Amino acid sequence: MERIDAYPTHEYEGFKLRPGKPFPFGATFVPGGVNFSIYSSHASTCKLVLFDKGQPQPKVEIPFPEEFKIGDVFSMVVFGLEYENIEYGYRLDGPFDPQQGHRFDQTKILLDPYAKAISGRDIWGKPPNWDNIFAHRSLLVYDDFDWDKDRPLEIPMEDMVIYEMHVRSFTRHPSSGVKFPGTFAGIRQKIPYLKELGVNCIELMPIYEFDEFENSRTSPVTGETLMNYWGYSTVGFFAPKSGLAATGKMGMQVDEMKTLVKELHRNGIEVFLDVVFNHTAEGNENGPYISFKGIDNKTYYMLTPEGYYFNFSGTGNTLNCNNPVVRNIVLDCLRYWAAEYHIDGFRFDLASILGRDPLGYPLSNPPLLESLAFDPILAKCKLIAEAWDAGGLYQVGSFPAYGRWAEWNGKFRDGIRNFLRGEPGKVGDVAQRIQGSPDLYASRGPTASINFITCHDGFTLYDLVAYNDKHNEANGEGNQDGSNDNNSWNCGWEGPSTDPAVNALRLRQMKNAAAMLLVSQGVPMILMGDEITRTQKGNNNTYCQDNELNWLDWDLVNSQAELLRFFQNLIRFRLAHPVLRNRWHLINQDRIGSGYPDISWHGTQAWNPDWSSSSRVLAFMLDGKHARGGTLEDNSIYVGMNMHWDRLWFELPRLPEGKNWHVLANTGAPAPEDIWETGCEPRLDQQDGISLGGRSVVVLVSK
Amino acid sequence: MAFNVTSKILEDGTAEITLVGELDGSVANDFKAAVEKVALEKPKKVVLMVKDLEYMSSAGLRVLVFTKQKMGSDVDIYVIAAQDAVRDTIEMTGFQHSVIIQDEYNAI
Repeated sequence: MERIDAYPTHEYEGFKLRPGKPFPFGATFVPGGVNFSIYSSHASTCKLVLFDKGQPQPKVEIPFPEEFKIGDVFSMVVFGLEYENIEYGYRLDGPFDPQQGHRFDQTKILLDPYAKAISGRDIWGKPPNWDNIFAHRSLLVYDDFDWDKDRPLEIPMEDMVIYEMHVRSFTRHPSSGVKFPGTFAGIRQKIPYLKELGVNCIELMPIYEFDEFENSRTSPVTGETLMNYWGYSTVGFFAPKSGLAATGKMGMQVDEMKTLVKELHRNGIEVFLDVVFNHTAEGNENGPYISFKGIDNKTYYMLTPEGYYFNFSGTGNTLNCNNPVVRNIVLDCLRYWAAEYHIDGFRFDLASILGRDPLGYPLSNPPLLESLAFDPILAKCKLIAEAWDAGGLYQVGSFPAYGRWAEWNGKFRDGIRNFLRGEPGKVGDVAQRIQGSPDLYASRGPTASINFITCHDGFTLYDLVAYNDKHNEANGEGNQDGSNDNNSWNCGWEGPSTDPAVNALRLRQMKNAAAMLLVSQGVPMILMGDEITRTQKGNNNTYCQDNELNWLDWDLVNSQAELLRFFQNLIRFRLAHPVLRNRWHLINQDRIGSGYPDISWHGTQAWNPDWSSSSRVLAFMLDGKHARGGTLEDNSIYVGMNMHWDRLWFELPRLPEGKNWHVLANTGAPAPEDIWETGCEPRLDQQDGISLGGRSVVVLVSK
Repeated sequence: MAFNVTSKILEDGTAEITLVGELDGSVANDFKAAVEKVALEKPKKVVLMVKDLEYMSSAGLRVLVFTKQKMGSDVDIYVIAAQDAVRDTIEMTGFQHSVIIQDEYNAI
């Protein structure tokens, strides 16, 4: 059947045209041509600017005819284009009146906000032509990827073990041995490692197009170029970053990234994206024109009454997320990644900004967050909020959740870190964190809590036990950047040490941290490389370091085999025991008549925890019969945590007749007796108690 | 080098298509036409001789998938003597699952 709208009706300078369809926005293939659609509430006219790939000057600028416009949308079909050889952009005209919020500038060519791929930074770190009149150019992409039988995995939230990863850092180091280092394709070669580790989800730090040269400058320490390495600064919401793709230089980043998702899914691993809707790379009034600023400044950005840019992100501008037009582009974007890339979940950077109104006031019922929570395409996606912003709006525990959003639980991080380093009187707080923070999430269950001790912001796990203070001199900001509240302890020496006692303590502390993270109710998140002691040499804010400070050193897999084995076995243990992964909070009572409460607390004496302000000791027991609210039977599990420096005797709660305590892990025991394979745990000789060395954790299982 | 595609059917019913030069969007249809032509003979295998193929773009990769889909899942598609750049492209974008890549043709 031939379509009757497949033939041109107009012509401009040899290019055949036809009125387009406003929907979908962006550039879409139609029979014989491409449908271009862009909207602006305040522009008067718009031109489509076409380039032959790589050429400095446009080959034609086609004005959108008046008669093609519907509402605020300019759309048209252009026939006969060579899809693989075209770059396009727009010139929009309108008022230039900054005080009213308008910054239209006809001299600027603008990136399509809906561009599905972008050229201009094709190869990571390759200096661009700074005289390019159009730096980030929209490309046309084939959206016909063959997913075969793939679909999002929908692993239940309570069963997730998340691994936070930076795409380039994961395989860029020469030791990685992959064929395409620092890329999406590179990750595929390391899937066997991820499977061995046992994680079932990777959370990728920003992978949409960003400009690694934004704010680039020279390091005062090493002389190398400091870049926008982490990428928390969006250029293109719908485009995977070309510089993170081995095929970026050929414009095939879309296929490469989709292939990565398909492979990960085939291996039982979900993919989350870290998304940044709180600001863009256009900065404030002094920043560049890339896209929104010239398309519809007043709509897209939060502006002060004088026309300046509100800065709740700390980076120059703030996206106006609760403006209805902007809300739609955020929704379109997430739907696009979910549907076209089969993405399983999203983590929202500085998510509190998404709950502010156009003048910055926090909303109690933010329309954007509500839309996302109830959207049908996103219905099975996990939604995770970093529930604070740079403007002081701290919402951990109070983020508008609509029953769907989870949060990065900063209180878990701080509570466990303080307990770990031996602060007294933290046990009450720790008890809440271990239960999945019912004090914060009582109405929502532990799955609202993303538990983490480390993430990209702050120290790595090794640095957490090797440094008291941050050392960010390499960032060139006089060590003023990065958090000062690290709650870390260096185990007696600042930085690398040859003292075997210090190193043994550090290893034990890392095992303690891993154990506490992986036996807690809630959703654990591990930072890339923590399982093999990746270090940033005390730099707790490596956002600009394109070097070994960030790149994972794969030689550590061998030299740190002991810690890696510890993590692997712990993860496997967690995934084998549903009593550790409840969807609903424990109630500290015996709800089914098993003889034990679902969770009980102990200290050096069974059934008698020390909640005092000098206590550094806590233990708990999960009753196996209460797993999943009593609907499943699991083994009972006991965890004893001695954060005191002295060896202490822990009296164990007695088990029912016929059951005995077996040891899964004892961080105080030398390897290979520090941990055992799930199912092979040896029986404890003495059943009434166990001696815990100073600063160590035991995990026992009843069989 | 300019793109060129030739095809023939071998004695045992295998279809052999030789690709030379640069395969991009402007010539992908020629490759597709050659595939459709050999499909009429219902070959048991399709062998793509690509020793002199210097470049394959997204459009070219898609013709590989088209070939697999057109011939049916029982028909194996071989890619023989691919230059490193072409082989890498196929691997990096994940299209290698549609085809069997070999240095020399060895029927499986």
